[in-house]
Parts: sequence; structure tokens; C-alpha cells
Amino acid sequence: MSEERAEKFLELFNKGKEFTEELLRENQRLRYRVATLETGEPNADEISRLRAEIQQLTEENRRIQERFREVEEENKDFANRYIEIEEQNNNLANLYVASYQLHSTLDFKEVITIVQEIVINLIGAEAFAILLLDEKTNDLRAIACEGEDVVPGVENLSARLGEGILGSVAKTGESYYINQDVDGGRVTLEKPLAAVPLKIKEHVIGLIAIYKLLQQKDSFSAVDYELFSLLAAHAATAIFSSKLYSQSERKLNTIQSFLDLLTTTS
Amino acid sequence: MPLENANFLVVEDSPTMRQLISFSLKRFKNAKIIEAVDGVDALKKLSGPEKIDLILTDINMPVMDGLKLVSLVRQNAQLKAIPIIIITTEGAEEDRERGLALGANAYISKPIQSSHLIKTISELLAV
Repeated sequence: MSEERAEKFLELFNKGKEFTEELLRENQRLRYRVATLETGEPNADEISRLRAEIQQLTEENRRIQERFREVEEENKDFANRYIEIEEQNNNLANLYVASYQLHSTLDFKEVITIVQEIVINLIGAEAFAILLLDEKTNDLRAIACEGEDVVPGVENLSARLGEGILGSVAKTGESYYINQDVDGGRVTLEKPLAAVPLKIKEHVIGLIAIYKLLQQKDSFSAVDYELFSLLAAHAATAIFSSKLYSQSERKLNTIQSFLDLLTTTS
Repeated sequence: MPLENANFLVVEDSPTMRQLISFSLKRFKNAKIIEAVDGVDALKKLSGPEKIDLILTDINMPVMDGLKLVSLVRQNAQLKAIPIIIITTEGAEEDRERGLALGANAYISKPIQSSHLIKTISELLAV
């Protein structure tokens, strides 16, 4: 009985020994793991994997930044293009409204008033004159003006075809502009800030001479030159047709009066 | 206030400018544009059945000028809250100050840039 008990005790003792040894081994393994981690020496595979990952992420970051810059540039281009289109749209609207107004009447005086309104409101002129060419005498004479108080004498402006700046513009059909800052020249009645011919195809019927811009407008912008020329072309046809219409109206009235006289006397 | 369905009163003696401003205002969806040729005509339109959301007025006009119109609108209990934009050839700083002092919300010098006008209106009506 005591022998059996001794065997069981020995067996239990051996199991305890084995368990203790196993615990010691595990303890040693963990100590080694802790020591490895503390010295910061991960294994070579881990390091190369992490390095590859960093490189990949850096490359991706570079590509994203590059794309971001490209998109930003495109965005800027779109914004600039939008502003440009907006400006063109604005100018087209101005031109459309102006030409619509110019051709909305055949009354000569009304056409001249509309031309004046356009030059003030769309071109931004404070002092200017509209001159028409008398083809019989080759004289240019002001038929309407604005800003007599600013530029005295503008109301009586006249020039001979081919003489001086105004005469040359009427003869050549080429617009004339001076840049006050660059040319530095003083504006005089003979030397306006701008002179744009009123021409139907190549046939010049007069011109618009600008002497002073509105206070808030420093100078002509690039688009002003184009707009001014296009408006002048519309103004020319409107002035010409209204003039022809009023002349034919006058002739018709004369003929009618003559016919009335004939019928009453007979 | 929504920028759609707004009623605008354009006060301007020049038909060309009236049409030009009205043309720009068509950018606002379903905008209704009421035109007046001077201050007196504008006051008549303001007392009409249409509720005006914004007034755009010139200064130099016959019968009643734009400054007088601004002043009268601001003194009227029913109309005084309507935003007013002055659009004029008078570009001097003292003119601007006078217009704003009378109660105009914005002052735009001619020649007008449609985009600037639209931006100003959008800001005033978005409040």
C-alpha cells in the first residue's frame, strides 16, 4: 500500500518537474523576445518589407502631389478661361444691344442720339464728337458732340479730308489711337485720344473723335479697340440709312406737294 | 432671398442702357424686369402691384434724378428695405459717397461690366 503511494507521489513529482522545466523554457523564450524587441533589431525580412512599403507610399505621395498640381493648374486655366468667356459674353451682349438699338429706327436724330449714348455708356467717353463727311466739299463737320465744357470748341469741330489726324482717318479709313502714358502728348482738338472712322465697307462717311474718357476709365482696354470698331461699323450703316431715309422722305413730301398742286390747279 | 424669380426695377432714361442692363439681368432665372424712364416713373412702378426686390438706377435723368429717387425710397416705410444699386457715369469718389450716404447699397460706374453687376446683385439678394 505504501509502495503504491510512493509510486503515485513519484509520478506526481515527475509531472511537476516537467511542468516547471516547461515554464522555465517559456520564460527563457520570452526573455529573449523582450531583449530582441528592446534592442530594436527587427528581423531583416520585416525591415525590407517596411522599406518597400515606405518607398511605395512615398512614390504614391509624389504622384498624388504631382496630379494635385496638374489639377490645380487646370483649375486655374478653367478659371481664367471662364473670366475670358464671361468678358466676351459681356462684349457680345453690349454689341448686340448696341446694334439692335442703332438699327431700331430710321430717324436720323434718334440714330445720332443712340450713337452718343453708346459712346458714353459703352466706350466710356466724356468728351467726343461725331463728324460726318460732306462728299461735295470734302469737309468733315461735327453734327453732334458731348463734353463742350471739358473740351471747348468740340461743338464746332471740322477738318478737311486728308488733312491732319482727323482728315487722315477719314481718308485712309484707319483708326487712330494715342496712349496718353506712352505718347505723353496733350490732347488737342486736332489731336484726339482716338478717332474711329464710320465706314460702310471701304466707304468712309464720317468719324467719331474721342477727346476725354470718363474719370473712372484710365485708358482704352484691348477689347475696346475691337468693340469700338464694330460699333462704328454699325453706327455707320445706321447713320447712312437713316440719312437716306430722311432725304427720300423729304423728296417724297416735295413730290407729293407738287402733285397736290398740279391736281388742284388742273 | 432666392436669386430666382426676383423682380428688378431698372430706372434709366437711355433706352440703350435700359436694354443693356435688362439683358444682363436675364441671367437670373425667371427674373422679371420692370423698366422706368426716370425717378417719377420709378415711384409709380414701385407703388404698383409688383413687389420689387431690387432697384437699379441711373443718376442723371430728366424729371427726377436717381439721387432724389434713392432718398425718397429710403424715407418710405414700405419701400425702404429694397436694395438699391446706382449705375452712373459719375465716377468721382464724392459722387459715390453721396450716393451711398443717401442710402444706396452699391454704386457702379459706367461702362458697366456685366459680371460685376451680377456679382453685386447676387451679394445683395443673398443677404
